[in-house]
Amino acid sequence: MIGFPSPRFRGEGTLHHATVARLVHALVNRLQNNRNALGLLFILPAGALLLFFLTYPLGLGVWLGFTDTKVGRGGHWVGLENYVFLFGDSVARLSLFNTLFYTVVASVIKFALGLWLALLLNKHLPFKAFIRAVVLLPFIVPTALSAIAFWWIYDAQFSVISWTLTKLGLIDRYIDFLGDPWNARFSTIAANIWRGVPFIAICLLAGLQTISPSYYEAASLDGATPWQQFRYVTLPLLTPIIAVVMTFSVLFTFTDFQLIYVLTRGGPLNATHLMATLSFQRAIPGGALGEGAALAVAMVPFLLAAILFSYFGLQRRAWQQGGKD
Amino acid sequence: MSRSIRTTKRRDFLKTTAGVAAAATVGPMIWIKDAEAQWSNQPEKGAKLRVLRWSRFVQGDIDQYMKNVQAFSAKYGIEVRIDNESWEDVRPKAAVAANTGAGPDIILSTHDDANLYPEKLVDVTDLCTYLGKKYGGWYPVCEAYLRPNGKNWIGVPLGCAGNTLVYRESQVKAAGFDKFPRDTDGFLKLMKALKEKGTPGGFALGNATGDGNVWTHWLIWSHGAKLVDEKNNVVINSPQTIKALEYARELYQTFVPGTLSWLDPNNNKAFLDGQCSVTANGISIYYAAKTSKDPKLQEMAADINHANMPIGPAGVPTELNLFFNQMIFKHTKYPKAAKEFIRFMMEEEQYGPWMQAAIGYVTQPLVAYEKNPIWTVDPKHTPYRDAMKIMRPIGYAGRLGYASAGAAADFIVVNMVAEAASGARTPQEAAERAQKRAERYYKV
Repeated sequence: MIGFPSPRFRGEGTLHHATVARLVHALVNRLQNNRNALGLLFILPAGALLLFFLTYPLGLGVWLGFTDTKVGRGGHWVGLENYVFLFGDSVARLSLFNTLFYTVVASVIKFALGLWLALLLNKHLPFKAFIRAVVLLPFIVPTALSAIAFWWIYDAQFSVISWTLTKLGLIDRYIDFLGDPWNARFSTIAANIWRGVPFIAICLLAGLQTISPSYYEAASLDGATPWQQFRYVTLPLLTPIIAVVMTFSVLFTFTDFQLIYVLTRGGPLNATHLMATLSFQRAIPGGALGEGAALAVAMVPFLLAAILFSYFGLQRRAWQQGGKD
Repeated sequence: MSRSIRTTKRRDFLKTTAGVAAAATVGPMIWIKDAEAQWSNQPEKGAKLRVLRWSRFVQGDIDQYMKNVQAFSAKYGIEVRIDNESWEDVRPKAAVAANTGAGPDIILSTHDDANLYPEKLVDVTDLCTYLGKKYGGWYPVCEAYLRPNGKNWIGVPLGCAGNTLVYRESQVKAAGFDKFPRDTDGFLKLMKALKEKGTPGGFALGNATGDGNVWTHWLIWSHGAKLVDEKNNVVINSPQTIKALEYARELYQTFVPGTLSWLDPNNNKAFLDGQCSVTANGISIYYAAKTSKDPKLQEMAADINHANMPIGPAGVPTELNLFFNQMIFKHTKYPKAAKEFIRFMMEEEQYGPWMQAAIGYVTQPLVAYEKNPIWTVDPKHTPYRDAMKIMRPIGYAGRLGYASAGAAADFIVVNMVAEAASGARTPQEAAERAQKRAERYYKV
């Protein structure tokens, strides 16, 4: 694309220095005046970073998924064997179910609570800035730390929730938060929601603030109820932000690792094993790097589906361009 | 002494007894010097060593270990760098070192790691032969782990972190037991009685890498069940397993609530809070109580005692403990210095004080070290002394390698016991499922 001045100079070693200098000069000149070439040049560092830190590891992961590589031992190409193996593996199938359940339930609740919180924070409140900062706290605390706090909150012997309820006389034995499969699923989801809501709330709040008040004025002059204002003004204008935020939220939730690893390590009876935690367990402590990689790669189609859904389903609605659906 | 060594021949026995006679005349040395235990090795000039080890479970361990390292450096002029990693993280690091041919010269790791890449490790047969001869021989489990072909040693055993039953004497007594039962039937009766008295015991059934694996393996082995036979055929779906799981179901009814969620730290916490009367653990619970400044905990320490895991229908002790190995990698530039380092650390002058500093966390792999005073200075330490003698390797009774490592890391046995114990699956279903899961690992 840059284009060498002329191919006939290539490979000839007897050129005069002056000719070479002239040539370089011409090349640099041409480069400086060529927008495409310059653009390419400027994008090169970023491209190299992406290639090195994203494309290469991803490619390597995909490739490993097709091999029987062990930690500490190179592997051979085995085609789809890992995937066939995982498909027949009851624990892997359970982890897929857990991951989908975890993602769907947590994302829906996080969205509902996040939107609600954003709408509240968008009102004129005293100490607005302070409250907004406080709301962000769960998101700022490192996940590993908040997970340890939840681990104590859910502890079979030391749970503060169980303790309080017992003291109040509401229950007579401690709640088995993490020891019963369904309790454990909902407990981990609750911890995830606690951590995820601020992100959604603050992003949606940013979106809400870009909506011009004049729309609301016009709506109220036309006699729109608050619900109608929300339904026909707020929601349509917020949809692009919702699409982006929820895509991120779904991706984060789907690939959650730390919370589960600290709280349950996938137990009890593998009821909270997500694909990410099972992938780690198989690949690193278990040594089956190829199988773990395959499990991680198996997450990609779901993630792509989530991205495509938000892109085509939410972001490209015709009415956003002034047309009709 | 010779009885505990499976491979000891009559000739060796005579030699050893001759050694005992000789040692008796020399003085109160705790080991038996074998006349043939000779060692000659010249470390490479200008050698430097890098050692990666699991990070300490107790401060005394690393303090004394580092003192020994300094003594080694002072004596040989060899600089040694020690890196520490949490024990569960050493495994992947060691594997990467083996794969890439770069990294630490020596790695102290756990369980069957050496069996994953035996061809990457320096043969240490000469060193193990020397140490074995000098210190009364290695316990059989050492050979199961590190002498896979019965001839060549691929690593030097370091010892193990022993597990025993940790219990409250007063509560066991109150439940009507003057002595801690030695068999599985008596143990179940005790657990039932403890439950009735309102002082139940409990064992980890979550995905607890240490505590979960340790007691569930004991449970199935004690009933004569095993994951695989000697030829690595998966045989977990057996009548013995069903028996073991039925036993587990009964035992589980006596547990404190929430054990399905228990990870490695939970039983320590519950026990020290007085909410759990019996559990399986290393010596850490006792030491936490003993060294605590809280008078309540000190009182508890006086009430804590230890017992080896009960013997079941199998008729022999069937324990699993966390085995430690020492591996020298072929990529080292200084194999001789590395050997010298391990030899130095394993000699009585170093190993003895180290055992004492580790206050019973580390059980010796060499028979002669049974006499280390740490095991008798406090009678409550004594059950930990036999941890290596009565343990079986993980992956028993099969060969060790990727399949055994994978099956253990995937919690197949832990999950099976948890499923059956909690009633989530019948013993038959749980055993069938474990069979299928294990067969996938042992398919090759």
